[in-house]
Parts: sequence; structure tokens; C-alpha cells
Amino acid sequence: MSVDIDTVKRVARLARIKVSDQEAERMTGELNGILQFVEQLGEVDISGVEPMTSVVEQTMKKRQDKVTDGNKAGDIVANAPVSEDNFFVVPKVVE
Amino acid sequence: MTDLTRLTIAEAREKLRAREISSSELTGAFLDAIETANPHLNAYVKVTPEKAREMAKASDERLAKGEGGELEGIPLGIKDLFATEGVHTQACSHILDRFEPRYESTVTANLWADGAVMLGKLNMDEFAMGSSNETSYYGQVVNPWKKEGSNQALVPGGSSGGSAAAVAARLCMGATATDTGGSIRQPAAFTGTVGIKPTYGRCSRWGTVAFASSLDQAGPIAHTVRDSAILLKSMASVDPKDTTSVDRPVPNYEDAIGRSVKGLKIGIPSEYRVEGMPAAIDELWQRGIEWLKDAGAEIVELSLPHTKYALPAYYIVAPAEASSNLARYDGVRYGLRESGKDIIDMYENTRAAGFGDEVKRRVLIGTYVLSAGYYDAYYLKAQKVRTLIKRDFDIAWADGVDAILTPTTPDAAFAPGEITDPVTMYLNDVFTVTVNMAGLPGISVPAGLSESGLPLGLQLIGKPFEEETLFQLGQVIEDAAGRFQPQEWWAS
Repeated sequence: MSVDIDTVKRVARLARIKVSDQEAERMTGELNGILQFVEQLGEVDISGVEPMTSVVEQTMKKRQDKVTDGNKAGDIVANAPVSEDNFFVVPKVVE
Repeated sequence: MTDLTRLTIAEAREKLRAREISSSELTGAFLDAIETANPHLNAYVKVTPEKAREMAKASDERLAKGEGGELEGIPLGIKDLFATEGVHTQACSHILDRFEPRYESTVTANLWADGAVMLGKLNMDEFAMGSSNETSYYGQVVNPWKKEGSNQALVPGGSSGGSAAAVAARLCMGATATDTGGSIRQPAAFTGTVGIKPTYGRCSRWGTVAFASSLDQAGPIAHTVRDSAILLKSMASVDPKDTTSVDRPVPNYEDAIGRSVKGLKIGIPSEYRVEGMPAAIDELWQRGIEWLKDAGAEIVELSLPHTKYALPAYYIVAPAEASSNLARYDGVRYGLRESGKDIIDMYENTRAAGFGDEVKRRVLIGTYVLSAGYYDAYYLKAQKVRTLIKRDFDIAWADGVDAILTPTTPDAAFAPGEITDPVTMYLNDVFTVTVNMAGLPGISVPAGLSESGLPLGLQLIGKPFEEETLFQLGQVIEDAAGRFQPQEWWAS
């Protein structure tokens, strides 16, 4: 399989990365190089093989559903580019 | 007192406990060395001298009272991927500009609890995506090693290029690093240092900036096998904050050093003999086989038939997980924000400005292989191939093999700009990536020099949670090969 420039632009949109036409064109070539490289997996017989879900045989650890941490709104917004009264501030979303 | 930087962790530990030296002297010697070398090598992206002196002073006070942990007073460098409270933590990306976490990663918290001293944060490929340290927003790291008779700068490998270079150039006693496809072992091999990636689940991932969560593991880079065992003992733990952290007590790895390897069965996988491999690598491998045989190990040929599919499967699984993990960098909660006409425009501008080319490539590949209609053909298939890769190893262990010996890298360090094709760059990890795909422990030990005088490493791969066997065997290689030191050209 290979991608064309429109697919690259569509995927970039999905990934929320702005790309110029020139960048999209360069990336089309690079991504096709990578896709061509992974194509060799087609040679592997995977019939009846289960997909890997965990490399270590261990049952998922569970914990009690209770609060163990909190009351640190100040810490949470401390690194925000813009914040106000412990809220993250973003451009207007709804009119 | 520059001689202090020549000590190993094991030696410094004795001298500190005997009060022959103080941590303040030792730390001061490293801070001086960093000041001289870092403008040439760019291994540190942030040096924290005040914090280092303060921690060293506290260590000296504890040592004076006959107290102190396993690493009391030992100065270390920390890869920029580990969250360090109030200190630069940016995974060497522009998108995490000015990020100073309000919390400490479990791995670094373990080190400080054992008395270690932080010298600063180390350079790396952006978000650990790279094999040469060329993708760092903070610029390349220069390998302390140069070819014989050449002045050309070389890469230290990656992604833990700063960690490996800092250890090799004696700008710290040891360093934390992480390994998703070879990021500890490949730079260790390129710089003549020892690097171990433990079994998946051995070190907590809590507070380590995530790249590919099912593959990422922290581990140390150090001067000697013993030093790497000392560091791993402290870094590893059982952590309720990471559900993939495994409930198993951490053994005292150092006890394995010097233990006889007599009767251990060492597998030599035929699939690692790749076409076009330099003669020096093949000779090194043969020498490694002889060394282990001389020490009493039994050598057996074995086959890991799915080896060649590990790298292509990795380049589906790792970017898929990365595209998901890196979705959090959106200009809202931390780091860079580039304004836009609306919120989506702001996201797109921020991510376009904040991520470098290699990160963008991987996020796009990951988004593509996970997108509707392609999931089964790529991601699901890659995860099935991963099962087969692990099965190859399981069969070897069931046949009684105790460890596997391979070269760490297909060649020695190269020059910056020498490899521009992404897929060619990925091939650097051809011998290391299988280990991540199967979740196994792997150690790289310096074993010799290339024809042009550059360090080369041998890799030992172990059974899950049998890091001790790797330290045991690694010591045999170190004893036979000796240790390797670059010329300190930056000091003149």
C-alpha cells in the first residue's frame, strides 16, 4: 500500500499537525519509504496467531477505587501556557 | 582533583564510606569536567550545579554519621525524558518548552532515596525517536570517540546519546537512559560504555515521558558491568503507580558479578549474521564466543526465524503508540502554544511548530496505521508478528538456552548527516529491537575496537527477569576485553 499527497494531508489533519503543500509532498515520499519497508510483514503466515497484548505474563493489577491524591489544582495548571483561576484557557470553542 | 572522575561507582562508594573523599569534592570534580567538556560535546542540556552541591552536602552529612544509601554521594546524569521536580524536563522537544514538572519520576525518586546526586539533564533524540541524537531540539551530541587520526565528529548513537556521551567522557559516574528499540544499548556500543535494558516491567514508567508504552523501559548506562548492576538495583522497583510494573522483589544484581558461568548454555542465532556486516563485527562476535567458551559456557547454534520481521513490525507498533501518547501535546496544559484563528488551528500550529521532522513522521505513520480501514492490515498484523517474535525466544528458553550472544550494532558510530534516509537510520536497531518486541532484558558490553579505532559492543539477551545472568556473563566479557577510554581531546 502507498499513500498520495491527499492522504498525507488528511492524516496530518487527523493528527492535528499543520503541513504546507511542500512538506506534505516531501512527507509522502518518506512515508511511502516506511510503508514499503513494513510491507515485508506480508510474507509472514499469521493464521491462527493471537495478537500480542502483553509481553509479560501477568494479570492486570487492580486497585481500590478510592481517591489517593488531589487538591493540587495549582500544580496542575502551573505549566499551562495560559491559565486563569486554576482553569486552562483556550481560544473560544462555542459562539 | 580531576582524577576523581576516573573512579567507578563501586570504587567511589568505598572511598566515600571510608571518608577518604567527600561527595562535595567528587561532585565538584564532575561539575568542573562538565564546564570544560560540555561546550564541545553538548551532552547536558541543563546542568544543575546548585542542586548538585546541595545534594552532595546532604550526602556528606549522612556519610559523616555513618548513614546513607547504596548510592550515597554518587553524582549521576539524568536523561531529559525523566520528570525531575522543578527541573527542565522536555524530552529534548520544542513542544515542551519551559516544562518543569511538579512531581518526580519513580526511577529518579528511587535514585535520590538511595542518596545519589543529580548533576543535570542529558541530551537525547526528541521524544527518544532517533538513533543518532540528531533529532534533539537542543542540537547534536558529539561522540567523545573519534576515528584514529581523524578529527571528524561522530554521533554517539541514540536516543540516549547524551547519557552515553556523558558517561564515556566522564561527565557523570553513571546515567539514566531509556530503551524502546535500542536506545540504551546502541549508544552504549557506540561510546564504549555498558548499557542494560531490563525486562519490561522491571523499572516503573511513572513520570517518564511516554513514547511507545508497550516497549519503553528505563535502564542505566555506566562504565562497568558492576556499576550498571549497582544502578539498576536502585532504579528498579515495584510501583503501584504503574500497572505494568511487575510484582517481583528486586534482586541484589551485584551478587551475580563474578559468579561462574560454567555450564551456562549460550545461543548464537544464525539470523544475526547479516549480509554486508563488517568483518570487524563478525570477528568481535567470534571472540565473544571464545571468551564465554573459555569461561566454561556451552555454545549452541540456534534459530530465531522471525528476526527480520522485528524491525518492520516495530515501525508499526511504536509509531502507533507514539501517535496516541503524543496527542497530549496540544498547547493547552503545558509547553509551547502557537496561536490560531480557532482552537483547532491553535492545536495544528502548535504541533507543527513544536514537533521536529522525525516526530512528525512517526505521528503521521502511527495515525495512518490506526486509521479506519487500515488497523487490521497494519497494527493487528504487527501485533501478531510480535507474538511470533516472542515465541522464537520462548522456544530457545524451553530448549535450555540461558542467554543469547549477538553483536549490539551492525557497525560502529557514523558521522552526523551521513544517514539521511529514515529507513536506513532505523536499521541501526536491527539487532536490538527484537528484545523490546519480546520484552526481554538485554545488555551491551564494550568488547573491542573497529579497524578505525571506534568502540564496538556485544549484546547478551536474557530470559524475562533474569538480568543476573546477563551481569554474570557481561563480567566475563569485560574481564576478557578490558575497558575502553576515548582520548580527552576536549580538555586540551
